[in-house]
Amino acid sequence: MTLPVDREIDARGSHCPGPLMELIRGSKSLADGQTIAVLSADAGSKKDIPIWVEKAGYKLLAVEEQENGVARFVVQKVARKS
Amino acid sequence: MHTQVAIIGGGVGGTVTANRLIKSLHGERRQTVDITIYETKRMHTYQPGWLYVPFSQFRPMTITRPEVRLLHEGIILKSGTEGTVTSLDTNTKTLVTADGISHRYDYLIFATGARNVPEEVAGYAEGSDHFYSEEAARALRAKLDAFEGGVIVTGVSSIPHRCPPAPLEFTFLLDDMLRKQGLREKTEIHYVYPINRVFPIESVAELAAPILEERGIQVHTFFNVDEIHPEKKLVTSLEGEELSYDLLVLTPPHQGSALAKQSGISDADGWIPTDHHTLRVKGYEDANIFAIGDSTDLPVSKSGAAAHFEGIVVAETIADELRGRAPAHTYEGRVVCFLETGRNQASILWFDYKHPPKPPKPSLFWHLDKTALNRFYWEIIPPAIA
Repeated sequence: MTLPVDREIDARGSHCPGPLMELIRGSKSLADGQTIAVLSADAGSKKDIPIWVEKAGYKLLAVEEQENGVARFVVQKVARKS
Repeated sequence: MHTQVAIIGGGVGGTVTANRLIKSLHGERRQTVDITIYETKRMHTYQPGWLYVPFSQFRPMTITRPEVRLLHEGIILKSGTEGTVTSLDTNTKTLVTADGISHRYDYLIFATGARNVPEEVAGYAEGSDHFYSEEAARALRAKLDAFEGGVIVTGVSSIPHRCPPAPLEFTFLLDDMLRKQGLREKTEIHYVYPINRVFPIESVAELAAPILEERGIQVHTFFNVDEIHPEKKLVTSLEGEELSYDLLVLTPPHQGSALAKQSGISDADGWIPTDHHTLRVKGYEDANIFAIGDSTDLPVSKSGAAAHFEGIVVAETIADELRGRAPAHTYEGRVVCFLETGRNQASILWFDYKHPPKPPKPSLFWHLDKTALNRFYWEIIPPAIA
């Protein structure tokens, strides 16, 4: 089962740090509370994406393992505390 | 009817492709093929030279030469409005230039490079300097000449961009210059980078990070520039960090060519989806359209070296086809570039798709190699002798 999101990015075929940068770029246009998913086949994403999500103060809602080593990272943008 | 090979772009990739192709064609075949470069600018720039302009190590006039002088006899160069391609029809295999003339092609090579898009970051145009154009490098030189101490923030506003090592190199050369001027103790240098290390390739990040630390340069990773506030001299990150500055030198956001985007062959940022090995444009595999250099979405550095090696593959592929042979050349992701680390030292990054670089310890030897490339670029690279 895949979580529905507000924006989906297919970064399969993109190598590190491509999927992370796609996620960062994509999340810029999201409103607080909206969700984004990025598909990545790059092994480095499993390390890089969760660390960035934590640093940005967003929520990693799920990492869904798919076929052929592809992972779907589901992220929610969270309002920054001022 | 002559076979028409159209190359859009007269940078290093387009120039190498044209020169290599004409050299590879012999005898009668050479007489039946027209190779045309379409390029708006009449001057060819050695772009890595911009790095040295802010430090007055190179004068801008020494890093440009007329493109026509770099081309072998027989290659047609169209420049100005005649060389500015305004539209493209892949169905009829024609392109139209700014003078209104339509040109037929049999082979088309996108060597259109990358362009600065400062408008992608709010406040960038007013708030940040850079060295990714002659004009910007000159303006930065004037600011560095007048600098008397304070906070300098260097780094990258977004990835990808041309010449990935350049922001690190700039930072090391800046540190050198300030020490020589006796201003280093009056200056804080901060280096910002969008991912969780100081360079995309891990082995290079592992080499550079201790040097930054040793030189007293403060590093801020996972710093994705959100906005620049020129009036407050403040840069903020998506991750919630804020840095005040007296001088901000960030690599500008980049995109691929507007023509590729407008023609519908690129992604939303203008990068052209390109087969990693054949360098044919994806979706146009049977239409004889290739892409090389900075214009592509290939997972290699946007560098002159990659454009050079890719140009040779495309030229040899076309030459093979024109001779009725199966193409025998493929691109394996080869890149060779230098990393200046200041203090007259440099390292070298030599890699391909399968083999990440193992950069040697910085030394005078590699710095002298880079110096030699800077000096002899014109004789070695554009003529496609290697």
